[in-house]
Amino acid sequence: MGLSTVQIIGLVLFGCIAGMGSVLDSFQTHRPLIACTVVGFILGDVQTGVILGGTLEMIALGWMNIGAAQSPDSALASIISTILVIVGKQSISAGIAIALPVAVAGQVLTVFARTVTIFFQHAADKYAEEANFKMIDVCHVTALVVQALRVAIPTFLVAAVVSPTGVQTLLDSIPEVITGGLTVAGGMIVVVGYAMVLNMMGAKYLMPFFFLGFVIAAFTDFNLVAFGIMGAVFAIIYVQLNPKFAEVKAAPAVASGPAGDDLDDELDDEL
Amino acid sequence: MSEKKLTKKDRVNMFLRTNLQQASFNYERMHGLGMAFDMVPAIKRLYDTKEERVAALKRHLTFFNVTPGAVGPVLGVTAALEESKANGADIDESTIGSIKVGLMGPFCGVGDPIFWGTLRPITAAIGASLALGGSLLGPVLFFLAFNLVRMAALYFGLEFGYQKGLDFVKHLAGNMLQKVTEGASILGLFVMGALVSKWTTINVPLVVSKVTTDGATTITTVQDILDQLLPGILALILTLVVSKLLKKNVSPIAIIFILFAVGIVGYGLGILA
Repeated sequence: MGLSTVQIIGLVLFGCIAGMGSVLDSFQTHRPLIACTVVGFILGDVQTGVILGGTLEMIALGWMNIGAAQSPDSALASIISTILVIVGKQSISAGIAIALPVAVAGQVLTVFARTVTIFFQHAADKYAEEANFKMIDVCHVTALVVQALRVAIPTFLVAAVVSPTGVQTLLDSIPEVITGGLTVAGGMIVVVGYAMVLNMMGAKYLMPFFFLGFVIAAFTDFNLVAFGIMGAVFAIIYVQLNPKFAEVKAAPAVASGPAGDDLDDELDDEL
Repeated sequence: MSEKKLTKKDRVNMFLRTNLQQASFNYERMHGLGMAFDMVPAIKRLYDTKEERVAALKRHLTFFNVTPGAVGPVLGVTAALEESKANGADIDESTIGSIKVGLMGPFCGVGDPIFWGTLRPITAAIGASLALGGSLLGPVLFFLAFNLVRMAALYFGLEFGYQKGLDFVKHLAGNMLQKVTEGASILGLFVMGALVSKWTTINVPLVVSKVTTDGATTITTVQDILDQLLPGILALILTLVVSKLLKKNVSPIAIIFILFAVGIVGYGLGILA
């Protein structure tokens, strides 16, 4: 399968762009509609690229990253299926059949990449200690390289060999315990972030509201707008009813001091 | 001391940075580094001493996540709070943190359905229908329409949040700020509680019993029992345990490696899925 060197370079470069696009989710260069078109252009068959892109886009319409959940990966799926359809002379429907398992494989890779990026976050913590703005910027932006490579490397491998079985064997060579285990861990790791926020808030006496939010979310299908509104309502009611704030109005001199002490004072008063 | 003020140029710089909001997306703090990256121009402008700059950077390296297209207003309000703080307003660190977390929930709640549920499916579906006929206009239209709306939302959202944020701080008087801090903490904690339940997945498919009645087999797993008790209870326990460990100065990286090991071993033994 003769792909020229220029074409391979073009594919790898676009692989980088689509990989970065898939994590940024800003410019949408990872969506089939755009990715398949560009790959079609590089391979000299825009027409097929556009049509495959349109077809895949309709399938992928609901693929979205909500919160921590990772959708199937359209970046790698679009690029590889387009290469195989145009260069491997497959039909559009064969392209779809190739795209779906690749999207799942790409999802595993992106979970892996987003885990590796934790190191950039921690490097930035170190630079923050020195107020080193330049390196904070560098940490943030170079994290994109991980995402670029996770699409560019498989793209290169496929462009160099153009065999769907080659891709499959490559993915199969990763033991299932590792990929499965990483996915499981990916679902849990986010609690480290939550725990950090909890500790930052440091208001132990307000923790009941945390548990309330948890229980309501556990037993309902309310979305986050509902939680935002409910949280705001609880906050307003709490502040309105809190004697701490009513007292301050009457005697401004007793203001300030940690909330815990106020609470103790109130309890003492009542006894 | 002259009044510290973000310039238009700073805000445009911040807007440009929001286009790379998710560059360092990671499973530990998601947009934690992204938020600090967005705030760099503001922190540079507002704080002069190294101590203040370090503290400001640190408070924006904490966990954060929002629909990337909806970060504008949250960033605007945050920048306004920092500006007021730099000018001597009595705003403490946890107020800024709480308000940021408090806004995160509603803006995810609004951003996800608007960007992922409405704007993208509609522009992509129109683009795809043109593309199916082989027209290059399809992808071009999708690219331009989506990005135009997204960038407008980022830019005007940031400006709007910034102005509103300044007004908000100006109108705070007396114990108002204490009230807002307390209120924001409640909102923040409440939303965090919901997130622990919604965004954490732990599943224990270990089979406890297998009952066959009239040919129908009922399999009960550990997860089924836990779900009957309180759905997401493991996520809650894990969050509280990690919070305790962090307070004991266990490094987050160590905790993450432990969680990886737990994930791989648990998956290998069939305890976790």
